[in-house]
Amino acid sequence: MESLSNKKKVLEVKPLNIWERAYLPAIFKGLAITMKHFFKKPVTIKYPEQKREFSENFRGMHSLKRDENGRERCTACGLCALSCPAEAITMTAAERQKGEENLYREEKYAAVYEINMLRCIFCGLCEEACPKEAIYLDGDIVPADYLRKDFIYGKDKLVEAPLNQ
Amino acid sequence: MELTDIIVKVILIVIVFAISLVIAMYSTYAERKIAAFFQDRVGPNRAGPFGMLQPLADGAKMFLKEEIIPTRASGLLFIVGPSLAILTACIGSAVIPWGQKLTIGSTIIDLQVTDINVGILYIFGVVSLGVYGIMIGGWASNNKYSLLGAIRAASQNISYEISMGLSIIALLLVTGSLSLREIAEQQHGFWHDGWFTWNFFKQPLGFLIFIVCAFAETNRTPFDLPECETELVGGYHTEYSSMKLGFYLFAEYINMFVSSAVMATLYFGGYNFPFMDSLGLSANWITIIGVIVLFAKIFAFIFFFMWIRWTIPRFRYDQLMNLGWKTLIPLAIANIVITGIVVTLLN
Amino acid sequence: MSTFYFIAFLSIFFAILVITARNPVHSILYLVLTFFTFTVHYILLNAQFLAVVNFIVYMGAILVLFLYTLMLMNLNKDNEPMKSNIVKIAAVFGGGCLLVTIVASLKTMAISQPVVLQNPELGLVKNLGKILFNEFLLPFEVSSLLLLSAMVGAVLLATKDKQPKTQPDGKLY
Repeated sequence: MESLSNKKKVLEVKPLNIWERAYLPAIFKGLAITMKHFFKKPVTIKYPEQKREFSENFRGMHSLKRDENGRERCTACGLCALSCPAEAITMTAAERQKGEENLYREEKYAAVYEINMLRCIFCGLCEEACPKEAIYLDGDIVPADYLRKDFIYGKDKLVEAPLNQ
Repeated sequence: MELTDIIVKVILIVIVFAISLVIAMYSTYAERKIAAFFQDRVGPNRAGPFGMLQPLADGAKMFLKEEIIPTRASGLLFIVGPSLAILTACIGSAVIPWGQKLTIGSTIIDLQVTDINVGILYIFGVVSLGVYGIMIGGWASNNKYSLLGAIRAASQNISYEISMGLSIIALLLVTGSLSLREIAEQQHGFWHDGWFTWNFFKQPLGFLIFIVCAFAETNRTPFDLPECETELVGGYHTEYSSMKLGFYLFAEYINMFVSSAVMATLYFGGYNFPFMDSLGLSANWITIIGVIVLFAKIFAFIFFFMWIRWTIPRFRYDQLMNLGWKTLIPLAIANIVITGIVVTLLN
Repeated sequence: MSTFYFIAFLSIFFAILVITARNPVHSILYLVLTFFTFTVHYILLNAQFLAVVNFIVYMGAILVLFLYTLMLMNLNKDNEPMKSNIVKIAAVFGGGCLLVTIVASLKTMAISQPVVLQNPELGLVKNLGKILFNEFLLPFEVSSLLLLSAMVGAVLLATKDKQPKTQPDGKLY
């Protein structure tokens, strides 16, 4: 059949001549190639000590943000949990009491906020869903751990550090 | 034999044994490190500086792992297999001359465990015995993959032993002696009477055949069909775990060390090095430098083994047999004939 | 002398184990041990070359082939075929013949002096080669011809038939 794209190449497979059939020249060529790699610089980045630079839109560990007065922005609306395709986020809402205005920006806040890092796929949909700009995936790589329960991150690990500390 | 002689021999045996074990141990480290370098990686670097303690960690792991003997395995033979493998690997080094004679006070120390006058044949016999460890282990495991690996090992070793023997015969035509000490002595220095003294320059084709067969006999890539993971899971050691597996892996590295030593002794002058007479050093110093030179040659060969491993892919089984029977054996026979003619003409 | 008796005892012991072992693979392994004791015998006789050749050829090659073949056969105890009566009778007859021969030869044997080697260097490679290639040149060459013909025969047996085999569906493979 005629080729339409005209890109077809017919390869001619010639029988090997005696020099090629001895394989030794090919072996020496191969040895030379591997030897070239022997002296190349390894491309490895030794991770815990060295770190590859993250790109600007890298999505790492989540952090719950505070506003300019150091109050938690999250209002526990649950949109992030709803949008999460992996169902990694869960929270319990609570009402802000009198005297807690300097802690929580909104009248309703998240008393418990948990993300299961084993479930999370770091898609960033929670970030997009949040109406209060309270959650961002701007952290580091989530570190390894030994127990499954240690991968459920609560507010202690997620909330940003207070402003003036 | 006097008591001092016996003590010296015992010390020598222990040293040779220890050295072969240590070298085998660090060959595993070197293998991983060199493999990493060939692949633009770093290799083990966590245990100790540059990962130097990695072999110890591996050894500890091997010892501490659970030992599993399959229920339907043949009990005693399952243990005999790896023991035999490591035994045959270790006894090969008995006839290798590690250096010239060392004189301390009035005692003369011969740096060779024993100089039997059929040294080459002894090594050859030990090598041919090495396949029993693999075969017994593979059969005793009562596992298809193990059995297939064992069968591959057996047929491969038998096939390549023939061409190895034939290449040695050509070498014997040149040297006229079966004693490894005498062969090493004949290669004294580097240049004599207008030609190189090292047998490599007298027997280049023979060396080529020998080294290919050495790769096959030690089950190294490209001839590692007995344990090829992609087809046979683990080959003959599929069912093995813990230190029994360690013995098999260890035996391979000891074999590599011994065959490197044999190649260095037979073809590359052993402990001899160029200009050894014109340095003006005392005999003891020449001996010590000779030992170092021999080990340098051995390490070079071990490096070559690893270099080849990361260069040439594994042969297919029919290619292996074709190479052994249709290429190497005729080549080796032609080599014998040519060598015979040349030796007769030169005499 | 005591070494000799010890090794000789071992040879006979392992040889008996060879024929009494139920498992054929075990039997072969005992045969390996028997041959190893033979090697030791050769060394005791100062025949280094013979010892090493026995080591390489018998232990290293022939018995490996034996083991190789036995491994491929499924020789478990439970499917061992029953031997027919004719075979049993033939075996008894053959064994009896062997026994008679051995007894007869033992009867004629005189008690000899312990072997004293006329020339202890006889077994070394050089002397052996000289004897083989001078005194026994013709038998040596004839035996090599015999081996060659055996080899050619084996190759002939192993070569495939000329016409290509066909699958049931008629396709060539």
